[in-house]
Amino acid sequence: MSETTVPSIRPPARPAAASAHAALTEPRPVRIALTVLAVAFLGLFLLLPLAVVFVEALSKGLGPYFASFAEPDALAAVRLTLLVAVIAVPLNVVFGLCASWAIAKFDFRGRNLLITLIDLPFSVSPVVAGLIYVLIFGAQGLLGPFLQRHGIEIIFAVPGIVLATVFVTFPFVARELIPLMQDQGTTDEEAALTLGASPWRVFRTVTLPNVRWALLYGVLLCNARAMGEFGAVSVVSGRIRGLTNTMPLHVEILYNEYNYVAAFGIASLLALLALVTLAGKSFLEWRHADALAGRGAH
Amino acid sequence: MPMRWPDAEPIEMTAGFAPTALSLRREASARPVEASSAERLRQAGTSVRVDRIVKSYGGAGPAALEGVSLAIEPGELLALLGPSGSGKTTLLRVIAGLEIPDGGRVFFGSQDTTDIPVQSRGVGFVFQHYALFRHLTVFENIAYGLRSRPRAQRPREDEIRRRVERLLELVQLPDLAKRFPGQLSGGQRQRVALARALAVEPSVLLLDEPFGALDAQVRKDLRRWLREIHRETGQTTIFVTHDQDEALELADRIAILNKGRIEQVGAPHEVQDHPASRFVMSFVGETARLSAEVAGGEVRVAGRTVIAAEPGWPQGPVDLCLRPWDLTVGQGAGTLPGTVREWRRTGRGTVAEILLDGAEAPVEVKVTDVYEPGDRVALAVGAARVFPRG
Amino acid sequence: MSDAAALPAGRAAARPRFRRPTAIPGFRLTFGITLTYLTLIVLLPLAVLLLRAASVGPAGLWALITDPRNLAALKTSFGLSLAAAAIDAVFGLLIAWVLTRYRFPGRRIIDALVDLPFALPTAVAGIALASLYAPNGWLGEPLMALGIKVAYTPLGILVALVFVGLPFCVRTVQPLVAEIDKSSEEAAAILGASRFRALVTVILPPLIPAMLTGFALAFARAVGEYGSVIFVAGNLPYVSEIAPLLIVIKLEEFNYAGATAIAAVMLLMSFTALLAINLLQDFSRRRFGHV
Repeated sequence: MSETTVPSIRPPARPAAASAHAALTEPRPVRIALTVLAVAFLGLFLLLPLAVVFVEALSKGLGPYFASFAEPDALAAVRLTLLVAVIAVPLNVVFGLCASWAIAKFDFRGRNLLITLIDLPFSVSPVVAGLIYVLIFGAQGLLGPFLQRHGIEIIFAVPGIVLATVFVTFPFVARELIPLMQDQGTTDEEAALTLGASPWRVFRTVTLPNVRWALLYGVLLCNARAMGEFGAVSVVSGRIRGLTNTMPLHVEILYNEYNYVAAFGIASLLALLALVTLAGKSFLEWRHADALAGRGAH
Repeated sequence: MPMRWPDAEPIEMTAGFAPTALSLRREASARPVEASSAERLRQAGTSVRVDRIVKSYGGAGPAALEGVSLAIEPGELLALLGPSGSGKTTLLRVIAGLEIPDGGRVFFGSQDTTDIPVQSRGVGFVFQHYALFRHLTVFENIAYGLRSRPRAQRPREDEIRRRVERLLELVQLPDLAKRFPGQLSGGQRQRVALARALAVEPSVLLLDEPFGALDAQVRKDLRRWLREIHRETGQTTIFVTHDQDEALELADRIAILNKGRIEQVGAPHEVQDHPASRFVMSFVGETARLSAEVAGGEVRVAGRTVIAAEPGWPQGPVDLCLRPWDLTVGQGAGTLPGTVREWRRTGRGTVAEILLDGAEAPVEVKVTDVYEPGDRVALAVGAARVFPRG
Repeated sequence: MSDAAALPAGRAAARPRFRRPTAIPGFRLTFGITLTYLTLIVLLPLAVLLLRAASVGPAGLWALITDPRNLAALKTSFGLSLAAAAIDAVFGLLIAWVLTRYRFPGRRIIDALVDLPFALPTAVAGIALASLYAPNGWLGEPLMALGIKVAYTPLGILVALVFVGLPFCVRTVQPLVAEIDKSSEEAAAILGASRFRALVTVILPPLIPAMLTGFALAFARAVGEYGSVIFVAGNLPYVSEIAPLLIVIKLEEFNYAGATAIAAVMLLMSFTALLAINLLQDFSRRRFGHV
């Protein structure tokens, strides 16, 4: 099996310079036509939806826009979303670091299978990701009666939301680190070991600095998905206002109640998060392309 | 036994000191401090012994070792020489503790270090591509080993500073402490890597292809410089190379490896003049090989007697191995016929590329006359070696 | 066998082993954590789902899958996902080409924007698309005038699926466009090929595996997509109801067997797509030396 099942979502660091030579590029009118077509397609499918979020949110002016955040249920949703991200992202960072260390620094049987399994959550529908936890922890689930007897709530409660979020964001950090660390090899770590450094010190002072930008990149993507996840969370949440409502779920509720200004208001916060993520991602790709490399190598 | 740096003595900095590679030799030998420390350091050299080391890999990876035994004297500078895939780097890594052997033992002095992890083994290792920590300055790279010690054994900050500055002096880079590895030339990186390895006061210094990644001129200068450093520190030093010139020029002794086995261990002149096998013969210098036969105290090629056999040479069918510099154009009995392929002038005279009858590859022989391709010549043999046909 | 006997004793250690021993520490700890976490979070829950589906029995499973409403939802999901992935593959190539080969103002920002569907929460995309294509929306109104209804029809689903799948198709092709060997283009030009002919015969063929990979990824993503679709779909049973939504509906009805059956079919399709991607990449590596 191949080691990458989902491709880079990162553009190449340095696009090849366009050739000026006529024989090696398309005629000028063709170039212009293709560019216009591509940009129009992107504008229609990406830019317009983004624009409409902010326009709708501000359609009644700034007052109602800001009022939509001040509402207690909205604040509770923001708090829950932050809480979920604060738990899910560090868990997947620890996992990502462990997985990439084990996979990149050692040669063992079944390594490629392990990489494929780590990518698995990417190919599972978010709804199915929610469903599997309902089947285990739900009232009619495998552990349902046990949990009920002991008064433990997982489904329709925060633990379920965290679990579902962890599942859908599972591969993000690991898959940024694995190719990079494989590319970097073990020489730096060996050098530190010969100098007498303890394993923890090797990791902290050599490995971590070598992968810090890729780690940040992974955290950025992981966090965006953790805060924005809708399908998986909606299955396990039960949508109890003020209690188990994350921001995306709150957007849905407000929208279904025809409270468009508030729905798009919360949505605009999430859209801003997306834009910040894209900006951070582009910055890392531009400023630290070399430190993120290891991707294009295969 | 870790070596100890002598107590601090003020070092006089030469004004405008520019550590160019070319000035290395004189600068280094002119430094009295290092010379006085040399005696004390030399006593600290540790012997290294590997005993029947076996290391195998399933599939790809470094070369295997098939029962390698080798003893290195205290303070010796030993070269592990061999072609790629001969296992020389694997052996070096086994000594360092970076590879875990499948069988056999490693001894430093009288201590069995086979099961001692690399962190505690007290070796200095210079990696082929230096493995400097890119995010740390030259200073912090060199200080890394000292800072890695357990708190109780860690030197104080001013002591660390002092030692690093001394090492920077030793490797002739006193002004580059604040640079990052990315801002250094290849030769400078090499010297920082060596300083970093020396900083932990290793009992053994191990270098993996130390000059492999450098261009020819820097290589030559650094070679001389490494010799100087070794003379000053008296450190037991093992280095890996695939370059026979490097090994012959630098090492006290050379261990020649082939396919995971040691073919010969000896001083440079020994391996050159008395190669133990055809492989060693052809690896340490250009060699012409002919099928021959030893019988009745003579060596015959295609029925013609070439030279007298020395006592102890094998009888029967053999490979006759000749150095080009032992061949001269001559006439009469005992010469080998050949055909001139090419003739040209070089900086050191004129040479002819001659394919001896029955040889697989031509040899370059110094000549005085002018030849045309296709000319037939006879070559007199000054010295030769024979090995059982293999 | 006599060969083995002749080898030195140490060679016995060459027997197959799980891991090549090294001096690098921490394998047990990190591998242990990785495997435990992977098993608990991903593998066990997925196994429970598959076991649950299996416990319904083949006949029961078949009945659930061929239930007309379920079948209609699966058909809608797979059909529209294929169509969306195809559109993405074509436009992904175009966009990758334009972004990599041509210089024009705003190129960098547009390049960054391609990843928007990865970063924008699906619910936000969903309500934005619904608002855009609603009969009184920016695009919905003019399209309505042309007699095209997008929102609350399968066409709306298609639009949403094109949105979520686009970055996969751009980002798989883009690195390859950047790495196209200029000399092969030059060779084609020197050999007298027209630019169009050079494109079709020399430049495009090596990109096809990447396009197919992008297609498969976009398809896999589209099949499972939920958030961005449900707002714009209208969710009419038999018409514009997608499989993931049906899972949610079954769950709300406490019909676990029905939800599980649909989920199992979707998982199977995703894994098939995943396998196809792997095979494609292996093929591409062998044939063209890159992914």
